[in-house]
Amino acid sequence: MWASISRTMALIRKEIFAILKDPRTRYSLLLPPILQCLIFGYAASYDLNDVPYALLDQDHGAASRDLVARLDGTHVFHQVSYLVRASDIKKTIDDKTALLVLQIGPDFERNLLLGKPANIQVIADGRNSNTAGVALGYLGIIVDGFNSDWRSLHGLPNPPVQVTVRAWYNPSLETRWSMIPSLIGTITLMQTMMFAAMSIARERELGTFDQLLVTPLRPGEIMVGKAVPAMLVGLFQATNILLVAQLWFRIPFEGSFFTLYLGLILFLLAAVGIGIFVSSMAATMQQAMLYSFVLIMPFALLSGLTTPISNMPEVFQYFTLINPLRYAITIAQRVYLEGVGVDRLIPYLWPMALIATFTLSAATWMFRNRVA
Amino acid sequence: MQNDGLPAKLRRIRALVRKESYQIIRDPSTILIGVAMPIMMILLFGYALSLDVKSVPVAVVIEDTSPVAAELVAGFRLSPYFKTQVTTSMAAAEELMLERKADGIVRIRQDFSRNLSLGKAEVQVLAYGGDANRARIIEAYAQGAVGEWTARRASAGEAVFGGPVNIQSRLWFNEANDSHYYLVPGLIVMVMTIIGAFLTTMVMAREWERGTLEALFVTPVRTDEILLGKTLPYFALGMIGLALCVLAAKFLFDVPFRGSILVLTVASMLYLLVALGIGLLISSTVKSQFAASQLTMVATYLPAMMLSGFMFDLRSVPVAVQVIAYAFPARYFVSLLQTVFLAGDIWAIVLPNAAVLAGMVVVLLVLSVRATRKKLA
Repeated sequence: MWASISRTMALIRKEIFAILKDPRTRYSLLLPPILQCLIFGYAASYDLNDVPYALLDQDHGAASRDLVARLDGTHVFHQVSYLVRASDIKKTIDDKTALLVLQIGPDFERNLLLGKPANIQVIADGRNSNTAGVALGYLGIIVDGFNSDWRSLHGLPNPPVQVTVRAWYNPSLETRWSMIPSLIGTITLMQTMMFAAMSIARERELGTFDQLLVTPLRPGEIMVGKAVPAMLVGLFQATNILLVAQLWFRIPFEGSFFTLYLGLILFLLAAVGIGIFVSSMAATMQQAMLYSFVLIMPFALLSGLTTPISNMPEVFQYFTLINPLRYAITIAQRVYLEGVGVDRLIPYLWPMALIATFTLSAATWMFRNRVA
Repeated sequence: MQNDGLPAKLRRIRALVRKESYQIIRDPSTILIGVAMPIMMILLFGYALSLDVKSVPVAVVIEDTSPVAAELVAGFRLSPYFKTQVTTSMAAAEELMLERKADGIVRIRQDFSRNLSLGKAEVQVLAYGGDANRARIIEAYAQGAVGEWTARRASAGEAVFGGPVNIQSRLWFNEANDSHYYLVPGLIVMVMTIIGAFLTTMVMAREWERGTLEALFVTPVRTDEILLGKTLPYFALGMIGLALCVLAAKFLFDVPFRGSILVLTVASMLYLLVALGIGLLISSTVKSQFAASQLTMVATYLPAMMLSGFMFDLRSVPVAVQVIAYAFPARYFVSLLQTVFLAGDIWAIVLPNAAVLAGMVVVLLVLSVRATRKKLA
C-alpha cells in the first residue's frame, strides 16, 4: 500500500515538474484562462449599452420631442441620423447605420390629446433577432414610463393591474453575473480534458508509455499519476477565474468555498476521466486532440451556457445528463450567486462522480488489455 | 501518368494533394472533424440551440380565492410561454424555485380582487436571476400575460384600457423572430473555423513535431508547393462543409437566402483562406501539437464563438474588447453572412468586410510562407 502511494507520488511529482519546467506549457496554462475570462466576461452579454437609432419624426410636436428626449436621456439610445423621408428607412437599416428606426406619424400628438391610441412605428434590424428583441424591450420600458407620466399629467386612470418584478440572486439582471460563474467550468474543461488526453497520448506516440509500463507502476497507479496533475492544473485555473470574477468584475460571492471546490473537484475528476478515456481510444496525439475537440463542442453548446437546457428537444436533454459541464455550470452559478449548501447540490454531484468512475475504470481496462 | 504534359510544378503539387487526401480519408479523426463534426454542428445549431422561450416552468401562488384571480391564473395557464404549477402557499413556491423546478413565481395576493375594483391591483413576479437573459424574458412574458388578460376584460366591457402610446414594431429580415436566422451564420463561421484553422494547425504541427516536414524539404518540392499541397485538400473540405451548411439552412431550417451565391462563395473562400493562413502561421511558429492546438483555440475558435457578433452584440462591449474583436477575422465574416443571407447583397456591408478579409489573406499567406521557408536555412 505504502509502496503504491510512494510510486504514484513519484509519478505525480515528475509530471508536475514537466509542466513547470517548460515555459511554453506554463504560459499556455496560465494566461489563456485569465484572458478568456476577462474578454468573455465583457463580450458574453445580452445586455446592450449602445443602441443607435434613426428618427423619422413627421409630427414635430411637443409630445414626440419629449419622447425622444427620454430616449436620449438613457445614454443607451443614441440618435445617429434624422430622417426626412420614409424611403430613407431601408438604407439606414440595410447599411447597419441604425439598429432601430423610430417613425412618429404626423397625427401622433393629435391622437394623444384626443385620447385615441397614438402609435409609433419601430423597425428593427432582425439580422440578429436577439439583439433586436432586447433593444425593443428597452424601448418598451421607456414608452411605459412616458405613458404613465402622460396619464398622471392628464388625469387618466392607470391600468388596473400593475406587474411588479423582482429577480432573485441577480437584482439588476446582468448577464455577466450569470456568465462569469459558468466560465469557471467552461474554461477549465477545455484545457483540463485536453491536457489529460494529450499527456498520455504523447507518451504513447513517443513510445515512452511502454517504458512506463515496464516500471513497477501498475496501470491504475499510472492513471492516478496522470489524473492528479491534470486536476491540479484545472483547480489552479478555476482559482484564477474565481479571482478575476471577484477582484475584477466584483461579483459578490454568496456561497462557501468548500462547497464550490467540492463541486469543482468532482467536475475536474469527470473531465480528466473523459480526457484519459479519449486518449485510451486514440492512437496518436492528433487523434486524441481531435477526439477531445469533437466532445468539447457539444459539451459547451449543450451545457446551458448560451441557451437554456429546457429549450432543447428531449433527445438533446438526455445527452446533457452525461455532460459534466452542465452540472459544473449549475453548481458554480448556484453556489456563487445563491449561496446554496451541499444538500441542494447532491443531484448534480453524483452524476459527475458516476461519469468519473465509469471513464477512469474503462480507460484502465483499455490500457491493461491493450498491453496484454 | 508519369508525364502527361503538366508542368513539373503542377505535378508535384498534385502528388502532394493526392498524398494528403489519402491521409485525410484514412485517418478516422480527420474524417470525424471534416465530415461528422459539421453534420453534428448542423444538428446542434438547428435543433438544440434556441433562445426562444417556450413553456417555462413557473409556480403560481393564489392567495386570493376570488373568481377574478382564478381567471388571471387561467391566463397564465393558457399562455404557451408558461408551464404553471399552482400552489396556495408562497413557501411551497419558494421550495420549487430552490429545487430548480420553477424558474419564476407569480404571486397573486389576498387583496388582489379588492384592489382590482379600486384600480390598483398588483401581481408580483419573481424570476430566477441565475440566468439573467431568461429572467428578463420571463418578466416580459408575464407582463404580456397580465396585459392580455386585462385587454380581454376590457373588451368584455369591464373597464377601458389602452396605453396612450403603443409601439408597433417590425423585425426586418426576420419577421417571425426565428432564432435559426441568426444561428446559421454562426454555424457556418464555426464549421469553417474548425476545418480551416483547427484541422490545418493539427496536421501541420504534427509534421513539424515529428520532423517529417524537414524530410519534405530535401525533396525537389518547393516551399510554396508544400503549402499549397498541404492546404488544398483542407480548403476543399471547408467548401464541402459550407455547402452542407447552406443546404441545411435552406432545406432543414427554412432560412431565407436573399443575396447571391457568388458573393457567399467568394466571402467564404476569403474567410477559409484566412483561417488556413492562421493555422499555417501558428503551426510553423509553435511546433508542439498541444501548444499549437491551444493557441488555435484561443486565436480562432473562441473568438469565432464569442467575439464575432453572431450571438453577443459587439456594440455593447468596452472599446478595448471591440479593438480585439476587430483583430479577428470572424466578425467580418459573420457580418457578411448575416447580410448575404437575410438582407441581400448590400454592397455597403459586403465590400468593406470582404476587403478586410482579403487584406488579412495577403498578410497571413506572406507571413506563413516566410515562417515556413526560414526553417530551410
